[in-house]
Order: sequence, then structure tokens, then C-alpha cells
Amino acid sequence: MNIFVCVKQVPDTETKVTPNSDKSFIETASIKWIMNPYDEFAVEQALLVKQANPAANVTVVRVGSVKDTEALRTAMAMGADDAILVEAVDNLDSYSIAKALKGAIDKSGKKADLVLTGKQAIDDDCLQVPQILAQMLGMPSVAVVVGFELTGTTVKAKREVEGGALEVYEMATPCLVAANKGLNTPRYASLPGIMKAKKKPLAQYSLADVGVSEADRRVKYSSFQLPPEKPAGKKFDAMDAAKQAAVVSQVVGLLRTEAKII
Amino acid sequence: MANVLVFTETNDGKVKPVTLEILGKLNGQKAEVAVIGDLADDQVKLLASYGAQKVHKLKGANLDKYSPEGYSNALQGFIKSQSFDYVLAGATSTGKDLMPRLAASFQAGCASDCTNFTFDGGTFAGTRPLFAGKCLAKVELTGPKPHFATVRPNALGMPATPVAGAGESADVAADAGAIRAAIKEIIKAASSKVDLTEANIIISGGRAMKNSDNFKILNEMADVIGATVGASRAAVDSGFAAHSMQVGQTGKTVAPSLYIACGISGAIQHLAGMRTSKVIVAINTDPDAPIFTKADYGIVGDLFTIVPIMTEEFKKLLGK
Repeated sequence: MNIFVCVKQVPDTETKVTPNSDKSFIETASIKWIMNPYDEFAVEQALLVKQANPAANVTVVRVGSVKDTEALRTAMAMGADDAILVEAVDNLDSYSIAKALKGAIDKSGKKADLVLTGKQAIDDDCLQVPQILAQMLGMPSVAVVVGFELTGTTVKAKREVEGGALEVYEMATPCLVAANKGLNTPRYASLPGIMKAKKKPLAQYSLADVGVSEADRRVKYSSFQLPPEKPAGKKFDAMDAAKQAAVVSQVVGLLRTEAKII
Repeated sequence: MANVLVFTETNDGKVKPVTLEILGKLNGQKAEVAVIGDLADDQVKLLASYGAQKVHKLKGANLDKYSPEGYSNALQGFIKSQSFDYVLAGATSTGKDLMPRLAASFQAGCASDCTNFTFDGGTFAGTRPLFAGKCLAKVELTGPKPHFATVRPNALGMPATPVAGAGESADVAADAGAIRAAIKEIIKAASSKVDLTEANIIISGGRAMKNSDNFKILNEMADVIGATVGASRAAVDSGFAAHSMQVGQTGKTVAPSLYIACGISGAIQHLAGMRTSKVIVAINTDPDAPIFTKADYGIVGDLFTIVPIMTEEFKKLLGK
């Protein structure tokens, strides 16, 4: 059984984002890169499937810059068997990334039985690659998944929709599942795992190797800018219990008379 | 002028408000609407009053519930039979799942979660937040048409003076095709409130809520003012609230008319997810909490005493 996990490397959630000089992307020089948080759930799910099916092979695939391979090494330290890196710029669009992931899976020579991804990357927040990749691979897929069971060749996946309701799907492998937070609790990489990961195979391809060119771009970004700052608001001190009723009454009044919201 | 199809979802038979926001913004383009299943005449009239020239009701077997393949196949067949330049939908759970699939079936591009857009000479250009709203960028589409885009609910706002369209309606025979990922069951959410991403008012609790039981004071206020309750990552990771309630970079990005932050310090990843709310009220004991830099009205005080007083004030104001 071959499991492919697609991961992206993204700026840490604490990162303060600033546009670069020509506003074509953000300044990336001093960013701390991490594995996309939703992808950790995908890696963990692959490893849980491998635990139940010891013959399974888990390959982790990433499309992105080579400035470091943190996300792939982390996934292998957690227990993935091998990795593929497709070298690309950090602001590739979803269509090109999906095509590159498909190209890398094809090039691996292994037939994918299960493809796992995070539901979205927290950099461009597009929430598109899992859906496009499934279409390109010709696989059924379910996204925003918080529950996963594999029995034989049947996957049962719980998709979270508006307001926390769940849609329960069944599909046969080969299929693709995009993980949401809550699917499982990702393990930490152990020290022996980190040492072992250094010796695990990491194949490296260019975009051209996997059949992707500039002609595959579908979405163009420009004019990166910071959102407009709000003017300073009004602040009221209500630490003193005697003042609380008056302050709250005033704020609620302002919500009607000034903000005209209630 | 561009030919634009707007895909609408319904909730209890009513079109989702984001569809009307999109139609209002499409004034000047030729706008038609597609819905899966039936739509009552008053809803067709409503769509017409916001500019819909035509409403296509796609009907067929296996389309009673959402399934990624069923909806995608049905719409793909319909779109192929027409000549739309663009297909737009709300960035809802369904819209965000469906549009990229549909776009990929046309080898076309999709701009996700736009907060604004223009059609200059019939060509789409959108604005969208990236990094959970820490920055904005212009987004343009290229490659085969039609082009696709999703639009964030509550971002455009309702048009002040909508321009009506002809609003003809027609049934279309639609084919859901082979559905390999079949829906077996729907498990309803514990709360019947509207989702955070579509809520007009949100009351969120942070780590200072101390436990999940204390969220009941937020629920009480929410019932009075018709709000949906959210939570910070700290509250979710501490087990006080479900992940579906999380606002922020690893939760939901929201833009309600009113956001009331209770006991939330305002970590950068939380602020990113709620900063575009129209009016922000913050309640926190720490006068230097970063949340106050984004608040229109900040109350430095203890949420456990402030929130109940505020609930009573809202009751008085609303005559409840």
C-alpha cells in the first residue's frame, strides 16, 4: 500500500508579514518556516494507517523553495519513509502546485492508494490544492475531514461543514482525504526519529521534471499590501466594580447611537 | 461586459445572502444564477430584484444533498452548454469545496475567498486576504475560461440601490454522474446558530474563560442579540471550545458587523482572523492587551462581571 502525504512549508503563525519591495509577494528573508499546521494531521493519519498496515510505505511530497527542507525532514522524523521535493518558488498558484504534486507522484513510479493533505495552507489560504489534485489524479475525495477510518479498501471520512455539522462519506481507495484540525493528535518527532530522518531518501526534482511550466499558472498575484489600520478606538476603565454598570451602559449605547450596529 | 454565472446555495429554501451581495456588485455585467434543485417563486423574484437576468434550476437524480462529485458533474454539464466567462459563488463550506473542483474540470483557475472585485472592461480583478488577513493582494485569473472565484460572505455588503434584472426562470435537466464519494449520513451540529463565517454578530471567548462551562454566559448574550459564539486558539487548545468555533489563522477568518472579544489577549494569529470585523468590542483585564489596538470600544475589566451586565443592557435596548 502506497500512501502519499502532500505538505507545504509556510511562515510560522506568529510571523509578522510585510510586502516585499516590488509588492509581488511578502518579504521572506527572516521568516521562520514550519510545516503547514493542517498537514501535520495528514502526516499523522498516514502514520496511523501504516501502524495498522506495516507493509505500507509513506512518501511525503512538497512543492516549494529549497531554502530549507524542514517540513519534509519533520515528516520523516515523525515516521514517513521517504520524501520528494519539487523545487519551486514560494508563491506558485494552486493549479501549478497540484499539477506538480501529481507529476511527482507519477514520477515516483508507485501507484498511490491513498493521498492525504491538509485542508488548506495557512499562507495563501486558497483551500484548492486537494480538490484540484483529486481531479487530476481521477480520485474521489473528501475535504475538511475530522474523522477517518480505513477498512479494507473502504475509507469512511467525516467532513466538517458550517456550524460544526458533519457529513459522513464512504469511498473506495484509491482516494484523497484533506485533513482538518481535530482529525488526530500529531505525534512529536523523537530524537532517534530525527537522527533516522537524516538518512532517509529525499528525491529532488525541478518543476520541468514533473511537467509544470509558467503556462500552467492560472492565478496571478500583485500589489501585496498591509490591510488599512483602524483608527484608535475608545477605551473605558471598568476595573472598579462601582464603574462597571455605567461603562457597560455607555458602550452599549454607543453601539446603537455611534456605531449604529444594534 | 462579462457573462457571469452565480452559483447560489439555499438554506431552508432561501438563497444565501452572499448571492445577493455578489449580484449587487455585478451591476453592469450580465448576471445569471444557478441553483441545484427547486427554488420558490419569491426567491426567484428576490434574485431578479438584485440583478439576475435568468435563474437556472438544475434538477436531476442524486442531487438532493451536496456531494462533491454530484454537484460538480451537474454544474459542469450545464456550464459546458452555455458560454459564461466567469462563475462566482460564496466562499462557504460548499462554495470553497465545489469551485476548485469545477475549475479543475475545465483546467481553469479559481480565485479563492475574495473580499472585493471589479470587472474592468469585462475582466475580473479581485482583492483577497492572504496569511489569514495579515496582508492583502490583487488577484487576477489567466488561462482557459470560464474563470472561477469565491467571494467571502459579509465582505461586499448589500448593494444600497440594487438594479433589477429580468429574472426568467428555467428548469435544467442535470446529470450528477458517477458519485464515488457518497454521503451516508449527516450529523447535525449541537448548535443551530449560523456559522461563524456567515454570522452578523460574533461573541468570542479566550483563555480567560477558564473552562467550557463558563461559555454559557457568552451563549446567554448570544441568544439575546442573535450572535454566534466563537473562541480563540488558546481556548480551543485548552479544550474549552470545539475547533469549529476557532477564529484565527488556524481556524476561521470572520468579518461580522460586530465582534465582541471576551478575555482574548489578541495574539497576531487571532487578530488576523477577525480584524476586518466592522465594529470590535474588547473586554479584558489587561489594559495593555494587543486586542485593544484593534478595538473600537475597549472595556478594561473582568469579563465575568461585565458580560452579564452587558447582556442585561442589550435586553433593555432591544426590549426583551
